[in-house]
Amino acid sequence: MNKYLLYPGCSMDSSAKAYMESLNSIVEPLDLHLEEIEDWNCCGATEYLGINLIPAYSLIARNLALAAKQTSDTRTVVAPCSACYLNLAKADYYMQERPTLGAKVNEALAAGGLEYKAGTLDVRHLIDVLVYDVGLDAIRKAVIHPLSGLKVVPYMGCMLPRPDYQHRWSDHEHPTELDDLLRALGADVIDYPLTTSCCGGHMTQIGPETAFELIHRLVSDADERGAQMMVTVCPMCQMNIDAYQNEMNHFFGTNFHMPILFFTQLMGLAFGRKPNEVGIGVELVSARNALAHIGVEVPVTEEPAAPRKKDEGLPMPRRWTKHEGKKEAVK
Amino acid sequence: MPQMTDERVRAGMTREEDLSLLNEVSMKTAGVSHLEMCIQCGTCGGSCPVAADMDHTPRMLFAMLRAGMREEVLRSNTPWLCVSCYHCVVRCPQEVHIADVMYTLKGMAIQAKLYTDSTAPHFSQTFVGMVETFGRGYELGLATRHYLRHFPLRLPGMMPMGLGMISKGRMAIVPKKIKHMDQLTKILDRAKELELTS
Repeated sequence: MNKYLLYPGCSMDSSAKAYMESLNSIVEPLDLHLEEIEDWNCCGATEYLGINLIPAYSLIARNLALAAKQTSDTRTVVAPCSACYLNLAKADYYMQERPTLGAKVNEALAAGGLEYKAGTLDVRHLIDVLVYDVGLDAIRKAVIHPLSGLKVVPYMGCMLPRPDYQHRWSDHEHPTELDDLLRALGADVIDYPLTTSCCGGHMTQIGPETAFELIHRLVSDADERGAQMMVTVCPMCQMNIDAYQNEMNHFFGTNFHMPILFFTQLMGLAFGRKPNEVGIGVELVSARNALAHIGVEVPVTEEPAAPRKKDEGLPMPRRWTKHEGKKEAVK
Repeated sequence: MPQMTDERVRAGMTREEDLSLLNEVSMKTAGVSHLEMCIQCGTCGGSCPVAADMDHTPRMLFAMLRAGMREEVLRSNTPWLCVSCYHCVVRCPQEVHIADVMYTLKGMAIQAKLYTDSTAPHFSQTFVGMVETFGRGYELGLATRHYLRHFPLRLPGMMPMGLGMISKGRMAIVPKKIKHMDQLTKILDRAKELELTS
């Protein structure tokens, strides 16, 4: 039995709820026991660190303090979100590397009646415990519907394999954990050199053109390699590539349709769960056609009303866009 | 500037080195920054996916820190463009905590009100405001406030995406609040009085 304390993180019950649903669907076949940290708070993502150091680390450390207090027969905290994982691991590491930071953070925690001795807990990412604790053999054994014929690119993102304070990953730039796991599910894994390139993180919010450039690079390369979908381990990566793909297409005058799912969703499908049990259908770039390749039928959800077709519209002056020439040529 | 002597000129030094800015940034950075170990090799800038959009590459910025160019450094867009991908961090031969130095510079720029573009600082501050109020992130509130303030013209184009997220249950209308918000507030209030001084 593998028992862990779970730090879900804010996105797991909102933008990445498909990740949570699919995670719940695989705990039973893999005999995973996840105990949620009581009253956890946001880790501050990449925002608080840039504003005020001690409060940012205290915000993160409250979660570690709560987890340490709750520990019964496990001292391992599992985070499914890469940014949460990095923040928790970073706070734990820096509080040891710089004891004065640890002391100040504990001074703040004391105001709330808490304390945390750095190094008490192990902070790990979900895919780390699945590959190294549960093991690929156990995962292979649980597969009843192999994903053979599904061409996927594994997208690890950046905050998971780097900076890697505890040396947990096979490589900082080309880790193979996700490749191995997807192969264990029977999927056709395509080599993806951009696997740890950045999706833009919060740049979709503050510098969209920079973000679109990065998203375009990832999506176009996956497309060129013949991928039917991308597979991710991070809510932020999923959000950027899924929800902003349309805007990115508009910006570059391209027409990519590259679905991106969480690796747990594919695990759920391979373990025989139905698409709606693993949160498939809530992605904005639909994975329906990609999943048809492996005989998985996704029920059609109601799409928002299509925009009015051009010829039916009133005669209006043509709106000239930068990419119009290119668009015409594609038609 | 101290009196220039022949020896100093021959040694290529035109003025006393003032390392107070470099030391200040290093002190305020979490962990042991290794900032003073930078050998100006440029691996960081060469590894950076957004270097092309930066005013200065990280290498150049670190040289400016060493040269004591406080205002120029804090006005640079470089820390604000850093996407925290840690490519430079794992490649740096001197193990400088580059991404964390960028966080420190953002904080210093906000404090000195020296940033040139307010989009990124406002986004961070709005995000933190939500967390300090609810203890959790609140995407709808954050997005609405941020886009109205900084990208009002982007809003119409984003409506289908926003509605899609809401109708698919991926963006909550109402924020979630943690149970012991009072405890978190006490911790953060105390933390704001503290600073890393050694």
